[in-house]
Amino acid sequence: MALLEVSNMTHYFGGLRAVDSYSLAIDPGEIRGLIGPNGAGKTTVFNLITGIHVPSEGRVSLNGRSLIGLRPHRIAALGLGRTFQNMLLWRHMTVLEHVKLAHYSQISYGLMSAFLGSRKLSREEIRIEENALRLLEIFDVAHYADQIVTNLPYGAQRRVEMARAMAIRPKVLLLDEPTAGMTTEEMIQMIGIVRRLHEQFKVAILLIEHRLKFVMELCGRIQTLVFGEVIAEGTPYDIKNNPKVIEAYLGREDIT
Amino acid sequence: MTERLKEIYGSVPVIGWLIGMLVAVVTESAFGAGLAYALYLPKVPALLGLTVVLKQPSMFPAAILYVFLIYALPIFFAAGLTAPWANRMAAAMEALPLWLSAILHLGVLYLVLHLWTDMSDYRLQISKLTMIAVMLTLSINVINGYMGEFSCSHPGFMALGAYASSTFSLVLFRQDRLFGAPILPEFLGPYMFPLGLLLGGVAASLGALVVAIPSFRTRGDYLAIISLAFMFIVKSVFENLEVLGGPRGMGGQPHWATLPAVFIGMAVCIVVINNFVNSTMGKALNAVRDNETAAEAMTVNTRRTKMTAFMFGAFWAGVAGGLYAHELRYVNPSSFGIQSLAEILAMVYFGGLNSVVGSVVGALSIQMLSEALRPLELFKWIIIPLLLILVMIFRPTGLIAFRELNVKRTLGPRVRKSGG
Ligand SMILES: Nc1ncnc2c1ncn2[C@@H]1O[C@H](COP(=O)(O)OP(=O)(O)O)[C@@H](O)[C@H]1O
Ligand SMILES: [Mg+2]
Repeated sequence: MALLEVSNMTHYFGGLRAVDSYSLAIDPGEIRGLIGPNGAGKTTVFNLITGIHVPSEGRVSLNGRSLIGLRPHRIAALGLGRTFQNMLLWRHMTVLEHVKLAHYSQISYGLMSAFLGSRKLSREEIRIEENALRLLEIFDVAHYADQIVTNLPYGAQRRVEMARAMAIRPKVLLLDEPTAGMTTEEMIQMIGIVRRLHEQFKVAILLIEHRLKFVMELCGRIQTLVFGEVIAEGTPYDIKNNPKVIEAYLGREDIT
Repeated sequence: MTERLKEIYGSVPVIGWLIGMLVAVVTESAFGAGLAYALYLPKVPALLGLTVVLKQPSMFPAAILYVFLIYALPIFFAAGLTAPWANRMAAAMEALPLWLSAILHLGVLYLVLHLWTDMSDYRLQISKLTMIAVMLTLSINVINGYMGEFSCSHPGFMALGAYASSTFSLVLFRQDRLFGAPILPEFLGPYMFPLGLLLGGVAASLGALVVAIPSFRTRGDYLAIISLAFMFIVKSVFENLEVLGGPRGMGGQPHWATLPAVFIGMAVCIVVINNFVNSTMGKALNAVRDNETAAEAMTVNTRRTKMTAFMFGAFWAGVAGGLYAHELRYVNPSSFGIQSLAEILAMVYFGGLNSVVGSVVGALSIQMLSEALRPLELFKWIIIPLLLILVMIFRPTGLIAFRELNVKRTLGPRVRKSGG
């Protein structure tokens, strides 16, 4: 049984079939890619898996446990971490607070402790802070810890968002276009970061990308989504040479 | 010269300023009346002389001189002079557990307040009402500032707290025209007062639940409308409840909202709210405000978070309402209407969103201003809104917004011995 299993997932927005019979099985430690032109339904696939939308049809399960109908915070706590295409950061919060807050489901003190500032709370806060700082180190943003997140350069904000997603201790990490808006240099740096976090945390990764170079470098298997349908699936080599994929990307310069 | 002054006064710790204030109020108790007489002031200026000046503009130099001699001079003199000593004291207290150090500071502050309010009953009442306003402002800040929702039901919560705790006091401990003979001996009353306030808080929380369930089950901005409706409904329910006095309201509450009672109520409110909003659990409010989708994706149960915070804010408004009822010893439904809402909103938006210090400053300045400008009558209601508009233009989130209060750092010494 795979770690994350999606079978025949279909979703309609009104009359629009945004995702059509999508299936996926990720084993622990795998890195998978999901590519496709704009509006193909890639982000919708993420939103369906993480519970933001409930699929019209189909099944989603993590470790054999069905995720259908669970609220997003429950799904996240079960081990699905994610980043967002347009980076949903909290604009009044510091970098450290971002990563600390993602420990929310691991907090062991109760409301009363939070009100009264009990010793249990202090101990727990210290533990969370140490863990958060460690994550900031790993993503090379520790020197920004006390800065408001909107003051950071773009690339650093992306890394903060990834550090935040890792704080929930995900078994599967979903990355939605992690290199959007980056220069080629920054993209190459990002390849290194994803590789490192994959090795360090042994987490399975599903990533959405526009840039083929990025997916080709990182992923063992790649799916190509067009109009909500998977039109091709295989190794980077297969995908690169698949005539359907070439057609879908025809005239685009970012194929390389 | 200014550099030198900055250096001296930058090194005065909180305890140093408290000592300065203590010296000032002692000076006033000793020489205030005499000085006022010598300066031809009608009486000792109650609130820093502003009222006197507005009534009799010719008194301006005398009032300024009074404030300078009685407050400014002693405070700065004592604070500056005792700075090295105060820093040593602050360092010693820093070694104690934080709560003990906080209690010691609060003790000195209470002493200052006690001596200051001892000079006039008017001062005493204004001080108590201001502390109650601090509680209201801080508690609405939890909802409108920290959580970023727009709630208008605070007067309603206050009313629930006021009526619940008044009923508690009158039924149990008083011979009353509405409820008849007391059930328990009256001497027990003051000890049970915290329980009455707690009851008021719980009543307000339950009211909050009524607002929260329809508002937070769905996304969207229904809270402003629903909470406003709630405020009016609560008011008209009390107007029609003849058992609780109807439009005439309830009177004769025992005089339990003494200075120490109100002071302790406010201190506990500030401490508990500050603890909560600085904890990771409380920071979830900020995340919900800044981006709810992301909060949910990072394991925050956003619906429960919103409910809890809303009920928590309402609780303190209820406690404040209970204190208010026992301070005025009379409440009627019209005290909890749109004007009360306007005042609370003015305080929180003036002082600063998402900030404990901002709430204290907001409540203090609007309440004091509103009292001081009383002689201007109608113009008061032009000046205060104008001031608010200015703040909104130049500091849209309020005077001291988005500032975290770190108690340990605030109370600590300002200069450390090198190598120490
Ligand atoms: N919440 C929504 N409501 C209605 N339509 C949506 C919603 N989200 C996405 N869509 C539509 O679904 C299609 C797929 O969108 P999306 O998943 O964002 O594509 P991609 O991420 O591949 O660029 C688009 O046509 C988009 O307009
Ligand atoms: Mg997308």
